[in-house]
Amino acid sequence: MEKQRYERPVIKKLETGMPNKFGLRSEYVPITHIEGNSVKELLSTYGSPLFVISERTLRQTMEKARTAFTTRYPKVQFAWSYKTNYLNAVCSVFHQEGSWAEVVSGFEYDKAVALGVDPKKIIFNGPDKSQEDLKKSIGNDSLIHIDHLDEFYTIVNISDKLKKKPRVAIRVNMDTGVYPMWDRFGFNYENGQAWDAISKIMHSKKMELVGLHCHIGTFMLAPSAYAIAAGKLADLAHAIQQKFNHEIKYIDLGGGFASRNTLKGAYLPGIDSSPSFDDFAEAVTTALINGPFKTEKLPLLILETGRALVDEAGFLLGTVISNKRSSTGRRITILDAGVNILFTSFWYDHKITPAQPFTHYTEETIVYGPLCMNIDVIRENASLPLLNKGDHVVIHHVGAYNMTQWMQFITLRPQVIMIDMNDKPHIIRDKETLGNINAVEHIPEHVKTLPR
Amino acid sequence: MMIINRNIAISETGFVFNPINGESFSVNPIGYEVISLMKENKQADEIMQYLLANYQVEPETCRKDLEDFMGMLKHHLLLEDKE
Ligand SMILES: Cc1ncc(COP(=O)(O)O)c(C=O)c1O
Repeated sequence: MEKQRYERPVIKKLETGMPNKFGLRSEYVPITHIEGNSVKELLSTYGSPLFVISERTLRQTMEKARTAFTTRYPKVQFAWSYKTNYLNAVCSVFHQEGSWAEVVSGFEYDKAVALGVDPKKIIFNGPDKSQEDLKKSIGNDSLIHIDHLDEFYTIVNISDKLKKKPRVAIRVNMDTGVYPMWDRFGFNYENGQAWDAISKIMHSKKMELVGLHCHIGTFMLAPSAYAIAAGKLADLAHAIQQKFNHEIKYIDLGGGFASRNTLKGAYLPGIDSSPSFDDFAEAVTTALINGPFKTEKLPLLILETGRALVDEAGFLLGTVISNKRSSTGRRITILDAGVNILFTSFWYDHKITPAQPFTHYTEETIVYGPLCMNIDVIRENASLPLLNKGDHVVIHHVGAYNMTQWMQFITLRPQVIMIDMNDKPHIIRDKETLGNINAVEHIPEHVKTLPR
Repeated sequence: MMIINRNIAISETGFVFNPINGESFSVNPIGYEVISLMKENKQADEIMQYLLANYQVEPETCRKDLEDFMGMLKHHLLLEDKE
């Protein structure tokens, strides 16, 4: 007789009433496969933990976002926000889908150029563009989004030297009713800084003001905030038309749309509560269409959407190292994936699903990573089915910010694979090796010899 | 020796009721089997042999889980000390 699948014995006290802080149970079926590939086989082939990107989900999500905006507005352009996920394969998928590149450092700029992006379609944001970065990007006729006046004067200087008229926009910050207000980047709308910067640019005659930019925050749950932002930038564009008889070619509303993750402390899962692309598109395009523009003069709408386009396409697969109890009797499960590779567990209650069949019994569990550090908490409280040592789990919606903000700390960073449209896996980033780490280190000669 | 409290009522669906303090619990099927064996005065070693014979599980994991389960029974006042 074949032995039955084992599940550890558990007892749970029945309490009447409200769902507790462990939340409602959300995992009802195991995720044994991702895009036709068995989780178990993927882990045995590529090692655990493992990041998996679904090319299909990337393209489908892009399509949803594009459709939401292009059915409501005639001129729309997405620019892929590199910092969200700059793995070359991921950027390339977005570029194939027609996205420009949005970068915030010389490193990201060079990455986009190396991938073959037309430099005229690279938007260069951020407060820290070096003299060299600016020379290069102005020489390439990229779009420079000015963050502060020091940068403005540097650009004046460079344009004189290069005898070029750079194409620029200014970053505007503003009150959209969402707090905290992101006012450390760009020029403020309400106090007149933005208008002052615009006037300086127009009077300088050294650069062409082609756009107006803002990025009002990240993981925004209020579409109305984008309507306010679009309205304020439209008013600025109109004022520029009136005073300088100059046409603004584009309005760039940045990124920030919430993904379908669940923010820590939120009562409802993000899957049910985050606004859709349609909600955001409706708010933005209504504000622009009702604005001061003539139909044939509507500006191009640029969106630098990051997390909402990539979060869902990313999975982190891992393995249970051990189960134990805390001093207060709470169940603890330790995974081989920690916060060093899952930075977003500081923001989100990531959904975790077992990768093998389970029963409907659950335990209130604290999920830890493998680091010898107190901060290494993947979930402070999750109502999870019973997991055995060696079982596999799937952590959902990890595509944004993890594969850029991960740290090489205590362990090496794992492999990343992309599963293509025909369900075929491809390695898109190798597992880090000791050799990679040691290659950039140097030991001074006099500390090389160790005592025998 | 720890034995399961005589007064505890347990149903096949895994519903456990302690009439002494009115608390109720639910156990999974394997937990039900363990408590049933305890009611038959089976000792931890025998229970473990039974689980190993019937389930796909390593002895170390089984022992650890069983000890943990007994610990929870004790925590919930479902065990009593008997000489
Ligand atoms: C200027 C700019 N654009 C776009 C983004 C992407 O934002 P998100 O991932 O929230 O869509 C960011 C992120 O901080 C940003 O700073």
